[in-house]
Amino acid sequence: MTTLQLAPTADFGIFGDAIHLIFHGQQAQTAGRTVGGISAIWDLTLTQLKVTGLAMGCGMLIALPAGVILGHFGRGEFLAISIGNLGRAVPELGLIIFMASAIGVGVLNLTIALTILAIPPMLTNSFVAMRQVDRDTVQAARGMGMTTREVITAVELPLAIPTIMGGVRTSSTNVVATATLGPLAGVLTLGDLILQPAVYGQQGVVAGAICVAVLALILELCLAGVQHLLTSPGLRLARASA
Amino acid sequence: MIEALPYAAVVLHNRTNESGCVPDNGLFCPSWAADNWHDFVTPSLQHLVLVAVPILLGFVIALGLAIVAHRRRWLMPPILGATGALYTIPSIAFFFLLTPLIGRGRETAIIALTVYTLQIIFRNILAGLDNVPAGAKDAGRGMGLTQNQLLWGVELPLALPEIIAGLRIAIVSTAALATLAVFVGGGGLGTEIFTGSKVFNTRLIMASLLVMAIAFCFDGLLLLLQRLVTPWRRAVPA
Amino acid sequence: MSIKRSMMSAKALLAALLSLVLVLGVAACGSDDNSDSGGGGGGGGGKTIASNPKNGNVKLTIGSKNFTEQIVLGQIYAQALKAAGYDVKTDLNLGSETIALQALKSGQISGYPEYSSTALTSFFKAAPEDVPSDPQESYSQAKADFEKEGLTAFPPTPFASANAVGTLKSTAQKLGLKDVSDLKGKSQDLTLYGSPECRQRVDCLVGLQDDYGLKFKSFTPVDIALRYPVLDKGQADLSILFTTDAQLAADKDKYVILNDDKKVFPAGNVIFVTDQDTAEKAGPDYEGTITEVQKGLTIPVMQELDARVDIDQQDPAEVATQYLQESGYIK
Repeated sequence: MTTLQLAPTADFGIFGDAIHLIFHGQQAQTAGRTVGGISAIWDLTLTQLKVTGLAMGCGMLIALPAGVILGHFGRGEFLAISIGNLGRAVPELGLIIFMASAIGVGVLNLTIALTILAIPPMLTNSFVAMRQVDRDTVQAARGMGMTTREVITAVELPLAIPTIMGGVRTSSTNVVATATLGPLAGVLTLGDLILQPAVYGQQGVVAGAICVAVLALILELCLAGVQHLLTSPGLRLARASA
Repeated sequence: MIEALPYAAVVLHNRTNESGCVPDNGLFCPSWAADNWHDFVTPSLQHLVLVAVPILLGFVIALGLAIVAHRRRWLMPPILGATGALYTIPSIAFFFLLTPLIGRGRETAIIALTVYTLQIIFRNILAGLDNVPAGAKDAGRGMGLTQNQLLWGVELPLALPEIIAGLRIAIVSTAALATLAVFVGGGGLGTEIFTGSKVFNTRLIMASLLVMAIAFCFDGLLLLLQRLVTPWRRAVPA
Repeated sequence: MSIKRSMMSAKALLAALLSLVLVLGVAACGSDDNSDSGGGGGGGGGKTIASNPKNGNVKLTIGSKNFTEQIVLGQIYAQALKAAGYDVKTDLNLGSETIALQALKSGQISGYPEYSSTALTSFFKAAPEDVPSDPQESYSQAKADFEKEGLTAFPPTPFASANAVGTLKSTAQKLGLKDVSDLKGKSQDLTLYGSPECRQRVDCLVGLQDDYGLKFKSFTPVDIALRYPVLDKGQADLSILFTTDAQLAADKDKYVILNDDKKVFPAGNVIFVTDQDTAEKAGPDYEGTITEVQKGLTIPVMQELDARVDIDQQDPAEVATQYLQESGYIK
């Protein structure tokens, strides 16, 4: 005798429903349990940030030193560029499902998959950034008697920061977006709202989309701020007037 | 009492304690790959369509937007912002958001994938147009070319390398993203990743490698196109 | 090469590319429908499905939920209906039962196979212990409830399936688990893995929490296809399994199902749910073909078909064709 509950069909009202889901929670579509609400959304967001942070951290530890060193010595160009291209072609869905079934589910395994996705843009960008440093500047530094380490840290890196940070930002956008697929690997991120319309309804999909988009924008702004801080003032002027 | 067919002759196999590459889900089972490669043909063809059509559509739309933004600079930030905002929405959400509006299927997937190409292609076309040397434009104007002739005869050809670079990035990303089409019934190689038993390593690896192969084939074609269309750059070392 | 000539050869390449895309598009269009079984034109012998030309103008889209048994069933029904002369498309792997029902109500699909117990507990809010154990009773009750929504259901399959709490035999022996009630007092240290919709279902986590009064260390939602790998890898202490799973039959010494002593996991036979308008327009062959072709689906047969997909890693569409051919429904 019960009428079957289905998602509301009004498209405009759906944004209101999505906001309501985020802040107040709602009755689950399938059974009498409350879902959503600010604390539940916050938990999902924190998990997504945690996984993203872990993956970016590991990725940076691997990709940045490798790209910088290879770029400085001019070795391994084919490798650095190819890994960059390969990384862009890897289907995220395949990678996550493969990790989930081959290694197992959970935060650790999802992080491994996301790290694999994070490395290529950062590796390629840091390599290209180092190569693009004006050769005359490097020669001048060597002529001044700087050691290799000083040349890298005092001359090349500061000039390469913008492009390197560009790679970091691209990576983080990709990782945050792919972390949305976390529920497929047993990790509850904001993707749960999107992938379980049975529980959250269509408004859940909208809510999830809004939350991830906001998260990605905030992350992008933070990284842009970091880039601004790390870019030496002289470069900032040069870029502004270019 | 539900009547069961008395003459059902489905062969029942005993799989107790079966071992081997396939039942144990080994990393890669070449024998299975050799026997079942034909299962990948239809999904691969569907995937090719899911990649090629969004790129062509995205290119046409982005080109239009870029030409407009190039002429009226004040339009650039809003268009860039709009395409960027669409890009930040997680792709999987975009697929599901479109479903109540236009239903499921290949068309939905193509529209979502097209939207995703817009930002990359738009940014690169615009960057390419911006990087056209002022001298070339002056020479063109000096020759009496109209604005349209200048655009199609001088600016766009000189911007081609950057445009094609953008297309190459977009097409590789689209190839990977098109695997998500399975969530809206759009076919493609995602169906080999996310249907059936879902946990068989050999199938996952084969499907993923095919996606990457498609990506690189398109990438190579575009690289070829670039070499053909910009003969004046062949003299310059890469 | 002058710029003009290279532009022309570029145009030629573009034209070639475009025509390639068009050709691929046509090819992909043509192979949209996965089921390419033979069939049709059978005539004669009792069980072979005969193609009825009157069915040709009826378009049907067969859906299914998102795990192996459902996808195989969807393919069996789709291919059988195609052999009967209908114009059939498939839209399988839709999602959980709520998604499938939504797809049916919105007209996206014509019908899909549902378990009568799932229909009664998830859609019509029946308590698990109130689900009739007799398949015909369960079917009539579900059908009556569906008809109030403008839908209808066809008679049930011989086999029934149910959710179950499963674990490794070693875990069960170590903890002395035979019934689900044995988990009382032990479950707070055990992790449970199940499908995402399990969190909201009375014949799943909700029933375990409310009727059995169990608290678990954690519940992790994973895709249904991972229900055995998580046990194998030692990540899950307990996992929600299905009684018709092929892995249970193949690895009898490895996995064990805990006995459902409080009857929280009712078994359900598969009934094909469709909407009443489609059923009327499609004619008698719609229900007739489906009820005929599912007669061979006993528990051992369903387990065998599941095994061919989950263990032998065959394509579900091919396995469905094999079933129809081996049973003599299509040539």
